[in-house]
Amino acid sequence: MAKVLMKGNEAVAEAAIRSGCRHYFGYPITPQTEIAEYMAKRMPKVGGLCLQAESEISAINMVMGAASAGVRAMTSSSSPGISLKCEGISYIAGCDLPCLILNVQRGGPGLGGIQPAQSDYWQATKAMGHGDLHLIVLAPSSVQEMASLANKAFDLADKYRMPAMLLADGALGQMMEPVDLDGIKAPEAVCKPWATCGHDGKRKKNITNSLYINPDDLEKTVIERFARYETVKANEIMYEEYLTEDADIVVVAYGITARICRSAVAMARAQGVKVGLFRPITLWPYPYEALGRLADTASRFIVSELNMGQMIDDVKIAINCRRPVDFCGRTGGVLLTPEEILNAILGGKK
Amino acid sequence: MTYNILIAGFGGQGVLFAAKQIASAGMALGKNVTWLPSYGPESRGGTSNCSVVISDEEIGSPLVIKPDCLIVFNLPSFEKFEQSVKPGGVIFSDSSLVDRKSTREDITVHYVPASGAASDNNLTGFANVIMLGKFIKETGLFDSEKFLNHLIDNIPPSRAALIDKNRSAYTIGSGL
Repeated sequence: MAKVLMKGNEAVAEAAIRSGCRHYFGYPITPQTEIAEYMAKRMPKVGGLCLQAESEISAINMVMGAASAGVRAMTSSSSPGISLKCEGISYIAGCDLPCLILNVQRGGPGLGGIQPAQSDYWQATKAMGHGDLHLIVLAPSSVQEMASLANKAFDLADKYRMPAMLLADGALGQMMEPVDLDGIKAPEAVCKPWATCGHDGKRKKNITNSLYINPDDLEKTVIERFARYETVKANEIMYEEYLTEDADIVVVAYGITARICRSAVAMARAQGVKVGLFRPITLWPYPYEALGRLADTASRFIVSELNMGQMIDDVKIAINCRRPVDFCGRTGGVLLTPEEILNAILGGKK
Repeated sequence: MTYNILIAGFGGQGVLFAAKQIASAGMALGKNVTWLPSYGPESRGGTSNCSVVISDEEIGSPLVIKPDCLIVFNLPSFEKFEQSVKPGGVIFSDSSLVDRKSTREDITVHYVPASGAASDNNLTGFANVIMLGKFIKETGLFDSEKFLNHLIDNIPPSRAALIDKNRSAYTIGSGL
């Protein structure tokens, strides 16, 4: 099929449906409402369900119910709405349930604004609800990746029985780009012997639960879950490098910012500056080792994000603080320009 | 080559539609394209604008800050964006609605009475398509015939009644 021109919000919705998702639960919030609009139109035609809940909290708990029954389920929201979902996400993690949560980030804190931001990096990667838990967090950087990483997120969530988040932003949600949906397919069959989908008395009952009154029991479930997290770390890290091989300066950026940085890197290269771009695609698990290797040859790192520098610490950990880490960012809904990043590369500290 | 276009006007003037036609035609030619609308308070009843980037390279920022080409359908947009156009760039201004002349001498400005031509020809609401006709004629960004055919192909069957109006509007624009 030829490429089609789609908004990121539409592409992610269509990709979810093609990935076998038939249960979408949402609540409107700019800049991601097109997802619910698209789902409302398409889901009935494919025998699926698009339900507008009475709140974000209700929507995430509906996802928990659907995921318990073994079906592919998703919800989407933007920053303030994601905060409301945190409790439910923690329960989903505690119940070992797979699902997809999409955050089309906007500026914060509070109600903040409605323009693109990446200010929920800490929330997504470190503190997505209470308790010892992680989500798989993927950061798309184009409308094509909004589709392909939504597909990947469902697969990873099922494979490891854990929630996955797509961490996008208002620009990726609202912009249109050519997208090829041909490769976006549902798996043949996903075996979910743990699903609470009715057993007709033919097997022992399944229970999904996150409550363990006995501390020893709870500790055991958490330790088992963290062993699984180690296999995710070993197998699923994704990143992209651009002109890093001989780079003296490495810009580290994800999502919408990474593509703007790529332009800045190309501009600096045209001036003879040896600079490259490292783009984490999985924000959890974070590509610490691959990034760390670049500190063997690079002398300086620049973190670029649409927030106040939430990824700086991860970069310092990755390179073991061996090199200086500068920061170039905007926040509150302001997009970086390639020129601002170029200035940071050329030596201006921002 | 990368070509940055900014289209701006009031909500309802077809800014986003016109921008989408340009992006879509670029895609059909195998170019990389991005289309990014303003979706803030300005799009809720006020001015609306849309960034389109067409490029042979991978596109970095989808937000157009310094356009090669600015198309404006109202005075506030003209005033807001006139100075942002790159030297050597071009402005298409709907002169039926914008009674201002540019003070810039380093750019080309086309004063196109698109809204007037639309109402004179019973094509109210098609000033955007008239402007597209003029835009393609002057910039030569795409083959004019192919662009029109592409635009017509994009009209859904449910709105087939609009095919003739789009064709007329585009042809009028091409002749201005």
